[in-house]
Amino acid sequence: MSNPLIELSGVKKSFGPVEVLKGVDLKVYPGRVTALVGDNGAGKSTLIKGLAGVQWYDEGSVKFEGQEVSLTTPRISSALGVEVVYQDLALCENLDIVQNMFLGREELYQYTLDESAMEFAAAKALQSLSVRTVKSVRQKVSSLSGGQRQTVAIARSVLRDAKVVILDEPTAALGVAQTEQVLNLVRRLADKGIAVIMISHNLHDVFQVADDIAVLYLGTMVAQLETKKTNHNEIIGYITGLKTQKEKA
Amino acid sequence: MSDNITINTGHEGSALDQIKAYGSRLKSGEMGALPAIGALILLVALFASLSPYFLTPINFANLFTQAATLMMVASALVFVLMLGEIDLSAGVTAGTGMAIFVKMHLDGTPWLLALALAFAFALAVGWALGYFVAKIGVPSFVISLAFYLAFPGIMLLILGDGGILRLEVPEIKAIMNTNLPLWAGWLMLAITLGLTLAMGLWDRSRRVRANLPTRPLSLLYMKVAAIAVIGGAGIAILNLPRSLIATNRIEGVPTVIPIALTILFIGTFLLDRTKFGRYMYAVGGNPEAARRAGIKVAKIRITAFIICSVLAMISGIFNVSRIGNVESSAGRAIVLSGVAAAVVGGVSLFGGRGRLVHAAIGAFVIAIIDNGLGLLGMPAGFAYIITGLVLTVAATADALARKRSGGSLTRT
Repeated sequence: MSNPLIELSGVKKSFGPVEVLKGVDLKVYPGRVTALVGDNGAGKSTLIKGLAGVQWYDEGSVKFEGQEVSLTTPRISSALGVEVVYQDLALCENLDIVQNMFLGREELYQYTLDESAMEFAAAKALQSLSVRTVKSVRQKVSSLSGGQRQTVAIARSVLRDAKVVILDEPTAALGVAQTEQVLNLVRRLADKGIAVIMISHNLHDVFQVADDIAVLYLGTMVAQLETKKTNHNEIIGYITGLKTQKEKA
Repeated sequence: MSDNITINTGHEGSALDQIKAYGSRLKSGEMGALPAIGALILLVALFASLSPYFLTPINFANLFTQAATLMMVASALVFVLMLGEIDLSAGVTAGTGMAIFVKMHLDGTPWLLALALAFAFALAVGWALGYFVAKIGVPSFVISLAFYLAFPGIMLLILGDGGILRLEVPEIKAIMNTNLPLWAGWLMLAITLGLTLAMGLWDRSRRVRANLPTRPLSLLYMKVAAIAVIGGAGIAILNLPRSLIATNRIEGVPTVIPIALTILFIGTFLLDRTKFGRYMYAVGGNPEAARRAGIKVAKIRITAFIICSVLAMISGIFNVSRIGNVESSAGRAIVLSGVAAAVVGGVSLFGGRGRLVHAAIGAFVIAIIDNGLGLLGMPAGFAYIITGLVLTVAATADALARKRSGGSLTRT
């Protein structure tokens, strides 16, 4: 296995007296999908917010491509190539696909919006992910299905040359066919060499698409395993706390 | 990877395909200004058949001057309505600004300086409204209502006991009371056509350079031809002599028309082709998404309120030019008609949707109802009732269209 793109060690975070992360280690590799699982309150969101720079960690080290970094603002994370696709997607329904994909970083030509350049790049990004489900890149997001919206949100991170894409429950609200589409997309994202972190409650999805599975239990990383070398029951054991790493060792 | 785009961009196919695609967009609820244009044609046909005076050149010209003030108020409001906000004080801000302008001029200040002060007042009011809404979090309805209640008081204090001051600036009076020379009307049309064609060809050449498919040129030519025919007919009518007194010769395009058109063009350009415009729509559609995309939402909101106040001030100038004086009640009634005009024209009160041309068309609908019923000798009460009915229909259509496009979310 190559060197990890992101390496967290001993990360801690407290909110007042409540210790949410109690010294978490995590390694994320380029070209691999790392699933982050754990029950509600295990600390998944807090861990992700730290990587996104929305909320910083109290203690511990974050290494990005081997270099120690401090992710104190979203801008820093974004500059390093960390993109987060939130569960509620954060798309503007009244804008079209191109406009959403470039929102906040529009390209200009002579002080006005360079629509053709943006349209071309957006279409290219969708094509590079083999997206075939959208009718036109100039469709309004309000006319898209849940899976298509997820696709647009993910493609936006590709457009931004992300090195790490963090997906928060990408299949939570989707039907069977759309879930399949989105999981395929997640796979292609990793195949492009991007490190993908996927939060999910759905173990079926996790086993289908993830290369590594990291399990958080009450603020501790109890296991980080290769998908090939584990099974449903073992992961469920870790998630529910019936099984701990020490026991295994 | 090849250099070609295989995903559709909405520009593919023949002119016929494009027209079909437009039809299917209409069906899915993206109707824009079309219902208002339909209403406009219907009303013109109705009044033309009921009153022999309706289509006379003098009434035609009157319609434009009557609609101009309302159109400017409605255009001003589009900027805040688009964000899902409202500015009830737009009218009285304009009234107060005009009171400052007229009073200072009568007291000896050069008129341009006095006018600049009125605009400075508009800037300050817009900024204050925006600050209360975007930074402090006061609902725009409430804070602008407070301004709406307070400003007539300021006007009373400025205007003194009489409560009315006459405008003595011929340059301002000229806006609503003079007409362009006949050739200037045609020049205006030529500029409009030239700009439409040039911008269409420019966009097309950019697409060609980016290796993107382009719409058939015939569509652009059709658009230019349509503007030429409709605009040409309008100017031909406005260039007919329309004085009721034989010794007096009145003809030509009212001066206010090129002024209003220029402002509409600049505003539309700003909204359609600049980052600021894109951010306006984004904030109106989903402020949280806009914030996460790095857009400074508060700054956009404040700017929108400032633009609204400044455009409202221009409507104030139109109004004072037309009636020749400022009263302490100036601008109180017009703001709600402005909201009505915008909504009738297709601007959504829910935010995120609206264009200046919608406001313009909506203003014409309301002005025609007023004008036509007046010509028919109906009591003034009817105009209010019918305007209310039209607004009800428009608001219902807006809500239903939203429902329909919302319904399509579940479709794949």
